[in-house]
Amino acid sequence: MADLTTDFVGIRSPNPFWLASAPPTDKEYNVRRAFEAGWGGVVWKTLGAEGPPVVNVNGPRYGAIYGPDRRLMGLNNIELITDRPLETNLEEMARVKADYPDRALIASIMVPCEEAAWKAILPRVAETGADGIELNFGCPHGMAERGMGSAVGQVPEYIEMVTRWCKTYYDRPVIVKLTPNITDIRMPARAALNGGADAVSLINTINSITSVDLDRMAPEPTIDGKGTHGGYCGPAVRPIAMNMVAEIARDPETRDLPISGIGGITTWRDAAEFIALGCGNVQVCTAAMTYGFRVVEEMTAGLSAWMDEKGYASVAEVSGRAVPNVTDWQYLNLNYVTKARIDQDLCIKCGRCYAACEDTSHQAIAMEPGRTFEVIDAECVACNLCVDVCPVEDCITMTRLEPGETDPRTGRVVPAEPGNWTQHPNNPAATAAE
Amino acid sequence: MTDPLTPGLAAGRLSPEEIEGNFADLHAPLGPRDAAVAADRCYFCYDAPCIAACPTEIDIPLFIRQIAGGRPEEAAKTIFDQNILGGMCARVCPTEDLCEGSCVRETSEGKPVEIGLLQRYATDSLMRRQGHPYNRADETGKTVAVVGAGPAGMACAHRLAMRGHRVTLYDAATKPGGLNEFGIAAYKSTGDFAQTEADWIMQIGGISFEGGKALGRELSLEELAESFDAVFVGVGLAGVNALAAEGAEKDGVTDAVRYIAELRQSTDLASLPVGRNIVVIGGGMTAIDAAVQTKLLGAENVTIAYRRGRDRMGASVYEQDLAASKGVRIICNVQPVEIHGNGAAAEIELEYTADTGDGLRGTGERLRLPADQIFKAIGQTMTLDSGLELEGGRISVDAKYRTSMEKVWAGGDCVAPGDDLTVWGAAQGRDAAEDMHAALMGVPEASTRAVIAEAARGIDAPPHGHAPHPDMPG
Repeated sequence: MADLTTDFVGIRSPNPFWLASAPPTDKEYNVRRAFEAGWGGVVWKTLGAEGPPVVNVNGPRYGAIYGPDRRLMGLNNIELITDRPLETNLEEMARVKADYPDRALIASIMVPCEEAAWKAILPRVAETGADGIELNFGCPHGMAERGMGSAVGQVPEYIEMVTRWCKTYYDRPVIVKLTPNITDIRMPARAALNGGADAVSLINTINSITSVDLDRMAPEPTIDGKGTHGGYCGPAVRPIAMNMVAEIARDPETRDLPISGIGGITTWRDAAEFIALGCGNVQVCTAAMTYGFRVVEEMTAGLSAWMDEKGYASVAEVSGRAVPNVTDWQYLNLNYVTKARIDQDLCIKCGRCYAACEDTSHQAIAMEPGRTFEVIDAECVACNLCVDVCPVEDCITMTRLEPGETDPRTGRVVPAEPGNWTQHPNNPAATAAE
Repeated sequence: MTDPLTPGLAAGRLSPEEIEGNFADLHAPLGPRDAAVAADRCYFCYDAPCIAACPTEIDIPLFIRQIAGGRPEEAAKTIFDQNILGGMCARVCPTEDLCEGSCVRETSEGKPVEIGLLQRYATDSLMRRQGHPYNRADETGKTVAVVGAGPAGMACAHRLAMRGHRVTLYDAATKPGGLNEFGIAAYKSTGDFAQTEADWIMQIGGISFEGGKALGRELSLEELAESFDAVFVGVGLAGVNALAAEGAEKDGVTDAVRYIAELRQSTDLASLPVGRNIVVIGGGMTAIDAAVQTKLLGAENVTIAYRRGRDRMGASVYEQDLAASKGVRIICNVQPVEIHGNGAAAEIELEYTADTGDGLRGTGERLRLPADQIFKAIGQTMTLDSGLELEGGRISVDAKYRTSMEKVWAGGDCVAPGDDLTVWGAAQGRDAAEDMHAALMGVPEASTRAVIAEAARGIDAPPHGHAPHPDMPG
């Protein structure tokens, strides 16, 4: 059995699955049950400064996007940080950590961008025995209007400044949670690193309006006829999150910065993909909010079985394995020539590949009598759209032309050696002839 | 309640509650949530095979997409544009042989998109709404007689009325519907749907119904052709083939179609007499309908006896399975020889048959089954002597449903050779109406063919894979 134990910036947990800072981790009752269900760690729902806690709306807090059969694909929320008193949260955290010493317990914090505010709360958190802190620079709604959350995460200088304060007044690991509501994720990640962060976690939620009520003409969730943008999460955001993780993992400046991956992780495979792109562990929220805490059982069992199959002994061995293969477009091999191939035995003759190719791509599929669909190699640019729209897995595949073969589309012989845009004759800045 | 084991014909073999339960909807209608899930399974195939498989060429992927988009009433319009009897067809079409049978998901996983149920969901939602969705064109001043208010006649009358003609719709029965009203199994058309639908179709206006008038009785084709600008003949097959067995005249030997009509018109099924041991002779849909419904009324043993092999049965495999699931036994390769009994049928003697290649032969081996009620379901024939040219015992028509007589068109079960389905009647009545309209007004005929994407490439052909129906004229 593969060892799922992880050591993330010195924080040990029995598996790489942590519950992200969110409603599921708002109180002792939930967190104890999460640990009993098998979660490796939790990031406690974000704490605010001492004093009267924030208040939440009393109408709906969530909006959703659905896939087939009302499968929840994306969730949007306008909930703020914890609305319970700081003292209550701290007492509960201390009790839970004492009872579950082998699990990771991280305190998420969001206080005003003033040194005194951070200096005041950090010792209180340290007293709970929490394993580390996560700086919530991510929430894009509500708190951002008050100069916190993503309002900080969108300004690299602030990230660096606050991170430095935390490293000054707190002696355990500091994880900086990044907002995706920026143009280049590498900038905030570099700022966190420069401020001394032990790790970054990403992504927080994406600013969004999930739907519009066309009768009330108001965005959802609607509160008395009005709505506001909320934070979007769930399976729909996963591709965005993975790109941002990979960008940080392959950036020469931040490549050694540990990453806790977040964004729509629902199954073991999702987690494995994040880990392959450079994450040391992952955080989950929407899957638990949709299906309950027990989803972790599928995640741990699946990841462990897959690692056994592949011969990976530890999560650390998997971490970052795919990063060297994430590159810039200009380095992709233009001499790699493929053609779509339709397996006639698997084809169910729906014609979707044909409609897609004929109407929107390269007119490279012919419809023959009897609804037989054939690829026209002389037209096929190997775009993959037919593969993507085909309802039958593996019915259409991309087959590589061997070096020496002639591509019927271009009339050119496929070269044996790779060649990319940097060397291409059409590129005015080409470094070498093809 | 009668003891279910009472021999002979007896009413009330089951309690009224049991009978009511037995005759409830065969398939419960879909709710909005089931419909959304079912609709989502449609792949929106390119020039979809299901369209080609539908005699009325309904744009099935489009209407399913409209359901998925939360607009079932627009979906219904897509259906009714092609087939005004879309509501009944959703209930009675042998979809396993038509749209669903050609669904690519049937091919790939044996589970087609539930097109029939989705069509019912859409059509029900529009028909529940008050009012009729089509407007009549301006009055043309032309009058048309439509004889036979079954599927073909109603489809024809509706299309003609829509085009602005004034239609008189005749039927031998006192109410419209034809086989939808008198022939379809009760559990396929619950809640008096056939009448609801007929009334709804008439709401277009311009159609006056005259019941109790039959061709060859109160009406003559010559007179109709004289007094109307055009005539459409859409009559049914009134004759029932005779049983070639000794004792076929005994009490308890009945026409299946007559019994089914009686059952459909009954207001209290518990009062309808039914045998304890029933044998149905035949292998088509009528045989299945008679067998299943008598079983549901409480008959103890129901057997379908068919003279050829199972693969030759007219009833679809789905219908055969339905019968089996209700406890009906199907015996193939047997033919009736004699009906025994003292005045009333008590037993039937059957002989096994072998198909020798040059005809069916008795093998000499016989079996006897207790039988106090025996149904003949061995096909119907046209009894109408109209003077129209016939082909295979039915009215001969050309590709535009014109008969040998000027001004007279025909469609539905009475034309040669037919497939005897509601949906074929609906297609033929509609297409005949368009040709009548074109002829009456001297305008080009409007196409009723499905809009296919291939046409955009200048290929004016039916969808690939469309095999023109062998029985479809033209």
